[in-house]
Amino acid sequence: MRSASLQERHIVGVSVPRKEGWNKITGAARYVDDMVLPGMLYGATVRSNVARGKIGKISFDPNVAWDDFVLVTAKDIPGKNCIALILDDQPCLASQTVNHAEEPILLLAHANRHKLRKAVESISIDYEPLPPVHTIEESEQQSTIIYGTDNTFKSYLVEKGDVDAVWKEAAHIVEGEYFTGAQEQLYIENNGVIAAFDTEIGVTVWGSLQCPYYVHKALMALCGLPEDKIRVLQVETGGAFGGKEEYPSMIAGHAALLSIKSGSPVKIVYDRMEDMVATTKRHPSRTRHRTAVNKDGKILGGEIEFTIDGGAYATLSSVVLSRGTIHAGGPYYWPNVRIRTKAVATNTPPHGAFRGFGAPQSLFAMERHMDRIAQVVGISPAEIRRRNFLKRGQTTTTQQVIREEIDLNHLLDRALELSDYAAKKTRFAKENKEGMRKKGIGIAAFLHGAGFTGSGERYLNSLVGVEAGADGNVRVLVSSAEFGQGTNTVLCQIAAEALGLPYESVAIAQPDTTVVPNSGPTVASRTAMIVGKLVQSAAKGIRQTLTKAGFLGDDYTPEQFRAACQEHIAAHGALKSYARYEAPGEVYWDDEKYRGEAYAAFAWAVYVAEVTVDLTTYAVTVDDFVALQEVGKVLHPVLAAGQITGGVAQAIGFALYEKVVWQNGRMMNSQMTNYIMPTSADLPPIRVFFEELGNVHGAHGAKGIGELPMDGPAPAIINAVEDAIGVRFLSIPLLPEDLFEALPPESHEQDVPSSARGTA
Amino acid sequence: MRADPAEYRLVSPGNLQAVLSLMAGEPAQWLPIAGGTDVMVLYSAGKLPNRKLINIWNIPELRQIEVFPGRIRIGAACTYTALRTHDIVSLEFPLLATAASWTGGIANQNRGTLGGNIANASPAADSLPALLVYDAELTLISVRGERRLAYRNFHSAYKETALAADELIRDISLPRRFSEYVSHARKVGARNAQAISKVCLAALGRMANGTVQDVRLALGSVAPIPLRLHEMERALTGKEIEPSMIDTARKSVMKEIQPIDDIRSTARYRAAVAGNLVAEFLEKLATERARA
Amino acid sequence: MNPLPEMGVKCEVLFTVNGETKKLLAHPMERLLDVLRNELGLTGAKEGCGEGECGSCAVLLDGMLVNSCLIPVAQASGANIVTIEGMSAHALMTPLQEAFLECGGAQCGICTPGMILAAVHLLEKKPEPAMADIRESLAGNLCRCTGYMQIFEAVARAARRRVAT
Repeated sequence: MRSASLQERHIVGVSVPRKEGWNKITGAARYVDDMVLPGMLYGATVRSNVARGKIGKISFDPNVAWDDFVLVTAKDIPGKNCIALILDDQPCLASQTVNHAEEPILLLAHANRHKLRKAVESISIDYEPLPPVHTIEESEQQSTIIYGTDNTFKSYLVEKGDVDAVWKEAAHIVEGEYFTGAQEQLYIENNGVIAAFDTEIGVTVWGSLQCPYYVHKALMALCGLPEDKIRVLQVETGGAFGGKEEYPSMIAGHAALLSIKSGSPVKIVYDRMEDMVATTKRHPSRTRHRTAVNKDGKILGGEIEFTIDGGAYATLSSVVLSRGTIHAGGPYYWPNVRIRTKAVATNTPPHGAFRGFGAPQSLFAMERHMDRIAQVVGISPAEIRRRNFLKRGQTTTTQQVIREEIDLNHLLDRALELSDYAAKKTRFAKENKEGMRKKGIGIAAFLHGAGFTGSGERYLNSLVGVEAGADGNVRVLVSSAEFGQGTNTVLCQIAAEALGLPYESVAIAQPDTTVVPNSGPTVASRTAMIVGKLVQSAAKGIRQTLTKAGFLGDDYTPEQFRAACQEHIAAHGALKSYARYEAPGEVYWDDEKYRGEAYAAFAWAVYVAEVTVDLTTYAVTVDDFVALQEVGKVLHPVLAAGQITGGVAQAIGFALYEKVVWQNGRMMNSQMTNYIMPTSADLPPIRVFFEELGNVHGAHGAKGIGELPMDGPAPAIINAVEDAIGVRFLSIPLLPEDLFEALPPESHEQDVPSSARGTA
Repeated sequence: MRADPAEYRLVSPGNLQAVLSLMAGEPAQWLPIAGGTDVMVLYSAGKLPNRKLINIWNIPELRQIEVFPGRIRIGAACTYTALRTHDIVSLEFPLLATAASWTGGIANQNRGTLGGNIANASPAADSLPALLVYDAELTLISVRGERRLAYRNFHSAYKETALAADELIRDISLPRRFSEYVSHARKVGARNAQAISKVCLAALGRMANGTVQDVRLALGSVAPIPLRLHEMERALTGKEIEPSMIDTARKSVMKEIQPIDDIRSTARYRAAVAGNLVAEFLEKLATERARA
Repeated sequence: MNPLPEMGVKCEVLFTVNGETKKLLAHPMERLLDVLRNELGLTGAKEGCGEGECGSCAVLLDGMLVNSCLIPVAQASGANIVTIEGMSAHALMTPLQEAFLECGGAQCGICTPGMILAAVHLLEKKPEPAMADIRESLAGNLCRCTGYMQIFEAVARAARRRVAT
């Protein structure tokens, strides 16, 4: 019986077992806080309790035996006192001024966690307060300047066509202002690292992180050490969602400094309260739309103003802004547009990466605005979208030509059918006449660009390796981190299929900067698509090497592959193949004008949310959710569906539950009791469907999908709420208290004449 | 974890007399800890002022549920799970069983106790409104003996109770006379599970001859203590339930409650929802009567 | 165990963990979670919140699902504790492990030990749970990765398989 030939051995597209799944379900998986090193100390951070001020006297309680502690201040920093990222403006430790509450000032280490915590509480710091800026509006006013000359980290201007000429032709000019709040990533595993310094080896860091090479770069600058004296390893990571993209450089820097000072390994693991108050969150946003449409609702042009709150330091705000800018126009054709965007500074812990990275914010506005336009024009939400969907051959707001045969009308049709939209609309309209529970159904159509923007991937210059052993087993060498999304599994599938080997014979090396090349950060929905394609090339490279050397034919069995590896290694030593990113020829991107091919690929989606608004409690519940997306190619059906349901769940939280309560620039609800994420009792059945159009730039035609599901649910839900009760909400999260306040006192028709609300 | 275990003392005498003796010897020094679902949260956050704790999880007298012809006696250290799974409690005291199912997830229901809920005296506690409408009676014990106290007299102000410094709640007794009542409970939290209540209603009602014969309404989270709406009950008794009456009731809830703004919600919201919940119950009562 | 230890004095605690008798010295107010993780090296139970909200510290104590971050170790004296590490021999583990792997019930894995114990706790009481039972029983275990759908599916599948055998 002949075993399947190479071409027939399909592993990609099959739901193979998660590579590290067994460890996770048996409890054997080791996360940072499960690790103990001999002689290890614990580290902790002394933080600012004012939003802005000059650091004055620092007092150490004389009752504490300070000699037993390791103390690090800014003066102890061997290299540069900054967390190297883009602008390098964020200090690792504040020395003269603080610009946000919870800003790190001092570090302490001790072998006893309890003594350590008490010591932190035994240090008091005087501040000369400076006037803080807390909101986008305050920052824009520029009456207090806290950054640069104008409180602006970055701004973009995208122009296409001639916007100023369209207003007079418009049958309608529709305006709207939309807001999104901060959101905490709330990975169930808090941030944590262990650092160990040795004068010979340098600094080694084990961490819960997404981007080993980001940490590596930051530590080089901070510790003043060369490349080969910093080693970063990613250990099993309990969720990240962007919250461990740039932040780990800070906590790793702190642990490294303590380790350098003490000569001992140092573990820093935050508890939930510290992680919530001190680390990054999603950028709050404000979007203003002014749109000219003709009598049929076709967009003639418009102005979009998009502003995000970056917090106290620049960190990644320019890139979040970039993505928000590029996605601001949604999946629609804008013949003329002006998009003005900026990221402004406030005295808040810097906001950072969170799944979607600017797109959920600007797409919330776009999709709410489309429903508004529909109302003004007098057509349905579905119809307004149909009349404006991008088609192949048309250009986006950045004038990227849509080259693929995407049919958004079909996607919309299918989503409406899957959600039984038409029948439900009719039924709800009838049922809503009576009773205290009003039902509504809402749509969102959107896109998400995968990979780094424009020339970003060229700049990243990713390198991937594949190594084969004498036993015929293969190892994938990438810096791409697994944190639940399936990196390990998908990259091994791709390598296995490229080599015609069983999935079981391919493993993935732990990301360790001394072992794996820099395949770029695990962000931007780029891993399956871009890194996957490189893994495929590198794997094929192994085959080519063996074939060229005469050890392997064009078709072979795994046993023959093993023998070939053995021979090659005996003759030539280690068998490795590398593949480096090559930018596709036709990519054109103008960084000044923000024009051209923004992303190698867009995934497209239409989501439909069905909600109930309970007028007794003013609570909104999502009853059913349809998520339909075109993703190029589904590499692993179970993992792909898991990404979508997980993202939709987070976005439901973004829309209805997750509010950060700020007071003087500090998060007040920093515990899971009071920062509300949805439980299993709160989420609807989330029904996931895929379409596949392929993608020349992705492995097996895949597009990135990790962030896509974050973009659509919030506007679909708020559109549904408006459908249910006719009130136009412009801001998320939409809490029951907000819904209550927006209802007019004599409002809701109920058949039961007890219609007046409680007085207050 | 923001507390040093070495700075706390937890003793486990294992029998009621020893517990009471210790508490009498040093009144107000010893904090009883049963399931720990409130105490341990404060402790871990570094916010537990008490340094001496006395374990009452393992005292058998506190864990029994005794059923008598006219009453049921629930040991103070009975867990929410024990309440939910007890036949008589779920049949005759559904408001209590329901409240138990709302208090945290399964893991917390396996540890949280009714006595703990009462002694902790949070106005947001889920079980307390049910105890008010069921005319609960507490047995309080100390070395000085035992005394009975109507539960409605237990809470005096925010987190201030009638419990003396050397006293423990031994049991909660409920009269078995509510089986014929229409019962209604609703908790409004930030989400469907594992939520601290923003407003909570426990209600019982009985109609006769088309009018309200007995109505009992208790709300949580709208005042410093759990509240029976005595004025409203008086106003409703003897009346027919019809739309304008329900409307008046909804609006007059505000007269008896003192909701606040806090990290979870607002006074205005709480007031409106409290009114809505009462109205919802009255509508249900009217419907049930119509069916009977 | 000394019933009346003095302040700051560790006392001897005796209990069974995963079928083995353990005797150790601990402050009575040490959290069971910390004793399991730090003294016994059983790191399957995780600290996600420290306040009994997330369920990632869940263990079985005398057959009951509990949040070990809320239990002083003195109260676990004499108890029979089962952690995820002790589950390998349990009859439910094979169907649950298979189902979790097939359905995608574990993504980052940090909630998984607690989630599996919650599932075991449910299936021991209700071998044929309805979806509403599964939702309710797992409501005290927060998962940020999956959106719960695939976890529910895994538990339902494990139940069906176990009943079928």
